[in-house]
Amino acid sequence: MAESASLWSILALPLVLGAFAVGAATVDARLGPGSVPGPGREVLRLLVQQRRVTNAADQLLLRLGVTLLPVAAVLAAVVVPFGFTALSDLPDGIVWFNAMEALAWAAVWLAGWGPNSALSMIGGYRFLAQGLAYEIPHMLAITTAALGAESLRVGAVVDAQSGLWFAVWMPVAFVIYLASALAMAFWGPFDQPVGSDVAGGAAAELSGVDRILFLGGRWLLLTVAAAAAVPLFLGGGHGPLLPGWAWTLIKTAAVLALLLWVRRRLPVLRMDRYMEVAWVALTPLAIVQALVVALVVLGR
Amino acid sequence: MSLEVVMLLAAALLCAGLFGALTQQSIVMLMMGLELMLGGVIVAAAGAWHYIAPGSADGQVIVIVAVTAMALEMAMGFAIVTALFRKREIDMTDMAAELKG
Amino acid sequence: MLSDGAFYVLSVLAVASGGLVFVFDSMARATFSLLTSLLCVAGVVILLGLDYLGIVIVLMMTIEMAIMAVFMIMYMMNPAGLMPMTMVHNAKGAGLICGVLFALLVAGIFLAPWPAIKGRPPEDVTMDLGLSLMGPQMLTMMTLGMALFATIVSSVVLATRRGRYDRLGDDLDAEAADDPVRGGVGR
Repeated sequence: MAESASLWSILALPLVLGAFAVGAATVDARLGPGSVPGPGREVLRLLVQQRRVTNAADQLLLRLGVTLLPVAAVLAAVVVPFGFTALSDLPDGIVWFNAMEALAWAAVWLAGWGPNSALSMIGGYRFLAQGLAYEIPHMLAITTAALGAESLRVGAVVDAQSGLWFAVWMPVAFVIYLASALAMAFWGPFDQPVGSDVAGGAAAELSGVDRILFLGGRWLLLTVAAAAAVPLFLGGGHGPLLPGWAWTLIKTAAVLALLLWVRRRLPVLRMDRYMEVAWVALTPLAIVQALVVALVVLGR
Repeated sequence: MSLEVVMLLAAALLCAGLFGALTQQSIVMLMMGLELMLGGVIVAAAGAWHYIAPGSADGQVIVIVAVTAMALEMAMGFAIVTALFRKREIDMTDMAAELKG
Repeated sequence: MLSDGAFYVLSVLAVASGGLVFVFDSMARATFSLLTSLLCVAGVVILLGLDYLGIVIVLMMTIEMAIMAVFMIMYMMNPAGLMPMTMVHNAKGAGLICGVLFALLVAGIFLAPWPAIKGRPPEDVTMDLGLSLMGPQMLTMMTLGMALFATIVSSVVLATRRGRYDRLGDDLDAEAADDPVRGGVGR
């Protein structure tokens, strides 16, 4: 049974999450071609950079968007257990996670709209289109995990996997979840919203602290998406020998490594193509998967 | 916090939304007014559930119906605006008066 | 006491940002002001003990407003509000109607003999909702499902410019659909 943690972990949560994101960004920079700077250097460079100012920018909405992205990622992590202890194991944790991750839609669109620049607005629109594509299979996938545990509480989902992991007997939902994790962090094959064909898309005009918040928020989102795969499909803290927190760390790192690897392996997918794949192929598959799980749950 | 105060909030949201729905010329702005009115309905239903009949789930069901109505209203509204705009380049309520008797 | 304070803060925010929707010139600001208002409504719903419904409202409204922003900007002649202009009709009459309605509602709220509280909230409110929707309220749920399905079909019919004859030819026998966007499944 997952329990809720003490107050000090309110401070610890963003730190752990941030450390993970920085670690992933460092590894990613190391893997890249020689000249890519690591996250520490990049942050320092952005901090001393001359701020870019666009004409008639909507500063309020821009700031709101770039701040909302990391905030949404941290809020989504509130229900993700570390070992067996989540910051708050809400009774509707899975819906909460989904709702907070949906705030990223608003955040990216606002960051794209704010600077009053055509290319960054195209980036914002692209993310909305991508969101429409990935959201329905994604919702069905995490609903399937909730269905298998007969509870919306993330802690209960972990408990239900003390034996068999959900990834084993709901492989379709797990794969769909991984794909939508990439899409929600607009990462790898889904990075068209900040693609180089539109000069950086939603992030095109961001500079200085704004850029740190936005790109940092994206790394946080990727980390949270990877971390949530662990309690939902990979058995959470369950595992032999090691304590729960160690298993959580190992599994999260493994999923994160997989997501980093995918970026270097797969070409960029246009969101209009993914839309059709998502609605014509993935949604029915996810429904069939949910049906199978429902039958198993009814039969046991 | 009491039933009266919650209902007061619901009434305020409803009237603010109604004002928007009545005054706005743009069809999309009119729909924002409708959304606000339905927000008032949600508050009223949740308040009635909490203070009058928490034992039955009827209040919750009304919230579900209101949320669904919001989604349907938006989808149909935008579809109609799209159809009107495609046909006659209309995006204002005053110009879309074919059904006027 | 804490929840009392939170309720009043959320209420004021909800009404204020709801009113601001019709004040902002920029469509993006108006949309996100409405989102703020509806998120405050969700907060009030959570305070009233319906956490599942509150979170669902956050989820739905965030996505809905993000999409709404696209349409707002598409169909307004002055989406960014860089040149302020008013687009209202009959503001006085509407103000009068809304004022009178509000006064009537307030009078009703304070004069009505509200029934005494009946029953107590169940252990698991979400479970109660689920059992109700899949039991006594099944008809409501089915009606909602049909309404949603009808909306999907009719909004696509209304909004699309091209039908199946445009895609597959007059006899519907074209080898591959003629779509403006290539790619996807089966093409």
